[in-house]
Amino acid sequence: MKTAVIQFPGSNCDLDVLHILKDILHVEADLIWHRDFEGSNYGAAVLPGGFSYGDYLRAGIIAAYSPAMRHVKEMAREGKPIIGICNGFQILIESGLLPGALLRNQGTTFICKWVKIRLETSQTPFTKNIQKGTVLKVPIAHAEGRYVNEPEGLKELHENDQVVFRYVDDHGDLTEDGNPNGSMDSIAGICNLDRNILGLMPHPERASEPILSPFLDSDGLKILSTLTQT
Amino acid sequence: MMVTETIKVNLTPRELEAARKRLGREPNQTELGMIDVMWSEHCSYKSSRQVLRRLPKSGRRVVVGPGYDSGVVDIGDGDVIAFKIESHNHPSAIEPYNGAATGIGGIIRDILCMNCRPIALLDSLRFGNLESSHSRWLFQTVVKGIADYGNCTGIPTVAGEVEFDESFETNCLVNVACVGVGKAEDLTLGRMDRPRDIIVLVGGATGRDGIHGVTFASRTIHEESELDRPAVQIGNPFTKKVVIEATLEALRTGKVAAVKDLGGGGLTCALSEMSSKGGTGVEINLEEIHVREQGMTPYELLLSESQERMLFTVTPEGQEEVLGVFQKWEIPYSVIGKVTDTGLLVAKYRGRVAANVPSRLLTNSPLAQRISRRPRTQHVKEASRRPVPEDLSDIVYRLLSQPDIASKESVYRQYDHEVGVRTVLKPGDADAAVLRIIGADKAIAVKVDCNSSYCHLDPYDGHAAAVAEGARNVAATGAEPIAVTDCCNFGNPENSEVYWQFKEAISGIAYMLNGLKIPCVGGNVSFYNEDERTGRAVKPTTTIVTLGLIEKLSHITSMALKKAGESIILVGKTFPELGGSQYYRLINLNGGRLPHPVASKERASIRTVIEAIRSGYVTATHDCSKGGLAVSLAEMAIKGDLGLTVDLGAVPYASTMRIDEILFSESSARFILTTPQARASKLLSLARKRGVPAAKIGEVTESNYRITTNRKELVECSVGRMREVWRGAIPKLMEMA
Repeated sequence: MKTAVIQFPGSNCDLDVLHILKDILHVEADLIWHRDFEGSNYGAAVLPGGFSYGDYLRAGIIAAYSPAMRHVKEMAREGKPIIGICNGFQILIESGLLPGALLRNQGTTFICKWVKIRLETSQTPFTKNIQKGTVLKVPIAHAEGRYVNEPEGLKELHENDQVVFRYVDDHGDLTEDGNPNGSMDSIAGICNLDRNILGLMPHPERASEPILSPFLDSDGLKILSTLTQT
Repeated sequence: MMVTETIKVNLTPRELEAARKRLGREPNQTELGMIDVMWSEHCSYKSSRQVLRRLPKSGRRVVVGPGYDSGVVDIGDGDVIAFKIESHNHPSAIEPYNGAATGIGGIIRDILCMNCRPIALLDSLRFGNLESSHSRWLFQTVVKGIADYGNCTGIPTVAGEVEFDESFETNCLVNVACVGVGKAEDLTLGRMDRPRDIIVLVGGATGRDGIHGVTFASRTIHEESELDRPAVQIGNPFTKKVVIEATLEALRTGKVAAVKDLGGGGLTCALSEMSSKGGTGVEINLEEIHVREQGMTPYELLLSESQERMLFTVTPEGQEEVLGVFQKWEIPYSVIGKVTDTGLLVAKYRGRVAANVPSRLLTNSPLAQRISRRPRTQHVKEASRRPVPEDLSDIVYRLLSQPDIASKESVYRQYDHEVGVRTVLKPGDADAAVLRIIGADKAIAVKVDCNSSYCHLDPYDGHAAAVAEGARNVAATGAEPIAVTDCCNFGNPENSEVYWQFKEAISGIAYMLNGLKIPCVGGNVSFYNEDERTGRAVKPTTTIVTLGLIEKLSHITSMALKKAGESIILVGKTFPELGGSQYYRLINLNGGRLPHPVASKERASIRTVIEAIRSGYVTATHDCSKGGLAVSLAEMAIKGDLGLTVDLGAVPYASTMRIDEILFSESSARFILTTPQARASKLLSLARKRGVPAAKIGEVTESNYRITTNRKELVECSVGRMREVWRGAIPKLMEMA
């Protein structure tokens, strides 16, 4: 079935994701306006990055009330894979599909930078082809990406193997240097209990073609290519 | 409600008389306000039009030249690039956050009007020295304004420049450029050609903000300028993003005849320029405009500069379809009138005619008669002599921490430079940003440049050098320079010495553009950049945006050293030209000879480098400018995390030059290249064929930056420490209490 790239007013990575899905991965994918989105037409959905509704009030919160999110919830219940990237991650959290919160970066400014993230679990449909412990090079670009959770919630995330990606330094270690935004436990991405919803701050679509990577590789494709197998 | 009191106008008695004569009657207050705005320097270019004619504007790639919202250039296969730069100096000096933000908003609309998708932003910023807390505040806040606005619109900020000089202390310079991509067949020009087309005002609601913003921009900054804050518009990047998408979608219907942004001069400017270009007129009903404040007068409605607004003309039969697009995006709009064949701009308010002026009267101001006089104090061509400093390594470290040279990473980290998946060479990677054209084996390179110190010492040579540097910067990435657009920032043109600077500047630009066969496809002029308290004008600064075309993606070349053992080649000859240099600034030396750019030499060097890159011989390129050879080499080493050994004895230089002159001279027409050892002689023969002086001056090593002469050690620096001072300099200055 087709993959949907849901466009909210203010989405700005929608065309980028669509380009990777269609032109690089040759996946059948539609760019679909949030009001026109119907989950039953699609096998998977991507909530792209950007500043939906200008990030007014709080990043992602207004989009979380879009009728599209009701469809996303239904898709999730059906076990279909959903990926939220950057603002998409923020929307997933604000809609209650993923736990925790994303706050202003520790340094308070917007950060656009290539970082390294380490895969913490292969037990998701998005990471099943990547070996646990693999370090991926991908860029981040956000002002509100500091992942936080209550001690209890954090513990549960770890216990349930829901932490999917963590920021690491050049040596692949969990250090303060490697953590660009001050996220708790260096968390860069998490999944839900059912493991079919992934939210992550880094942009895999920006790391899916060697020409765009300072390292001349395409690590982001390892994540997005799983959408071809839905 | 009518305007009851008499409005204040900036028109001269001569202009007022001309207006009366051309109108054949006394203008009413609303009309007077409209004429006042349209004949302001900002809208009319009344002091600059006559001089700007000197710039070459044609070429085989030019699709749209000066006079439209942005210039458009053909890059083959039906693809076109639209690009434009504009200043937002006055608003940024008064209200840096919104001033800078709305500067971006305006320039994006200029690209959008041509039916091109904006794909990159560049910013060229100038502030006072960072020792001043006011300058630090302006710097920090302007950057934040650009980041917050630019990031939200989903257009990457890919390149820029920042200079610090006390002349920009009160009047900072904020020039923002936007680049767009589109198809030649889809281009729209902001012109009303067909009577009966419907006029639709789209986007943000109209309020009282920014009224007479342009007249504010056509004055100098004075103590009461703080009171001008209401004349600074407030930006809304989310509305802008939605307007971008809705505009592009509306244009895809094929039912939109023309689009124009509302910027300086508001509705009056857009209506008069669009109808005057198409030889038509307009009739609008002001009460139809969606407003966010009640009781606005016709005068206010016609002149408001509220942001995020676009004016569309739509074919009558396409009205429903186009309005449907705005409804989908939930963008407010109002159908305000129609195009007529009268040549008149008629604005009605509740059935009464509030203004009735020929469009061309508004767009065709009388030229201002300006006097130009060469300043009496001339730059001293000979600097006093000082001994060569003993510790040249220390000088290299200190130059790397000069704010003009130091890394601007703390700035560009705050900008999303990746969105759009086009940015191949990112900020800091090379002399210019490189963006690929998605789906094609080609890319564009863009950069904005000017060296205000040179331009101040010699406006002709300084500005010719800015053009040359821009061309070299794009060439260094493997691009053919194909067009420029410029942004002039000067003091008060009524001051004869300022006007002389302006004329010299344009002549210098024209000289270099002609010599390099590059057309100028548009521009922007900002005058009155001075502080009324001190009476001092900013250093004359025309920023040049250069667009280059890279024929194949494999040609893209960055500045980082790639591999130990590779040869380092210097292209171009070094002269004792240290006037206005970073080295003289560091050691507080005035005077000295400026780099003297010669178009034929620039051209030969540029051709050599492009040919070498296309042949596949070149692994890294960097142009040699601020800080001279020593700094350019250091930057390449820092970027590549590799060392180098260079022998100054091998450098092609004019006879009798001192060691420090060879190291730090900022002579034009020079590049540093690296190439695998086996290719070095091939590369040198390419240069020889074009009569370009070039030599192998050293090689890349694993670590340490070493410069020798006749086997004598001159400089030895650790690359790690160089990186540290270079990266740390600006954050350190910003932390000062």
